[in-house]
Amino acid sequence: MRLKDLEGTLQKVSGFEEPKIKLEQYCTTPHLAARMIYTAHSVYDDIESKVVADFGCGCGILRTVLRQIFSTQALDIDNDALQIAKENCSEFEVDAEFVLTDIISSSMNHLRSKVDTIIMNPPFGTKNNKGIDMIFLKNAIEIATTSVYSLHKSSTREHIIKKSKEWGVECEVLAEMKVSII
Amino acid sequence: MRLITHNMLQCHAKNCNSNNFPLQLSQVEIVNQETEFNPMFLRNMLPKLEWNALVKTALQINVTLPTVLPESTTDDLDEEFLKTLHGILLETHILQGAMTCPNCNRVYPIKDGIPNMLLNETEA
Repeated sequence: MRLKDLEGTLQKVSGFEEPKIKLEQYCTTPHLAARMIYTAHSVYDDIESKVVADFGCGCGILRTVLRQIFSTQALDIDNDALQIAKENCSEFEVDAEFVLTDIISSSMNHLRSKVDTIIMNPPFGTKNNKGIDMIFLKNAIEIATTSVYSLHKSSTREHIIKKSKEWGVECEVLAEMKVSII
Repeated sequence: MRLITHNMLQCHAKNCNSNNFPLQLSQVEIVNQETEFNPMFLRNMLPKLEWNALVKTALQINVTLPTVLPESTTDDLDEEFLKTLHGILLETHILQGAMTCPNCNRVYPIKDGIPNMLLNETEA
């Protein structure tokens, strides 16, 4: 699999027709999605034959990236988003499991020690929901047995590094990428 | 929803903290869909499974599994067993139905293959 081909194919992923602003719905760009998953796979071997969960999957682009992920749970609070994700996955002929749930208010205890890797592009907390990114992150860290790959705003980097020390986990900045949020 | 996912779901309504797993299946519409056999994934998944819950749930859809998980969970694990496991965990899809909490009786619907675990404000 070549990164460039991967990114090209992803251009066909459908985004949101009517994004819900409150939920900060925008589709992760193919560029970002491809690099994120490709790195987790080729550098850290955190994808193949692993149990992977996508927190706040939205239109499901992260899931469509790698065909060989065997079983992924894609979780989102919005059923409309899950329907788009489902269509995208069937378009790309990838299998995924979808669960309609609220990452921040529900107890995620049941997933603890069951999921190896969590991938996510969480809401950044810019729509009267300040701090939601950190709740996503904390929940993900408590659940994943191996790694969490998460996208964040550069301005929150220092805060996240500080928090991860508090939480007793290693935190590494893998890449800095530009992205326009429409 | 596959049974692998069902095996990871539990009731999470407020104050429902014990005996809230596994959620009991009812009125299910099931379809079997062939998928690639990946023994490495299954071996990785095996220690994470709640075996008793899986046995109980499988029975609800008329599949009998050994009540005790075979001892050898490493490379020498019987291929035949892994194939059975593959069929039940990954090829059995629940399209419609309901899941009831054994403790508080909260019902979580499954629609178009997607379990709805959202709680309303008073339950969360």
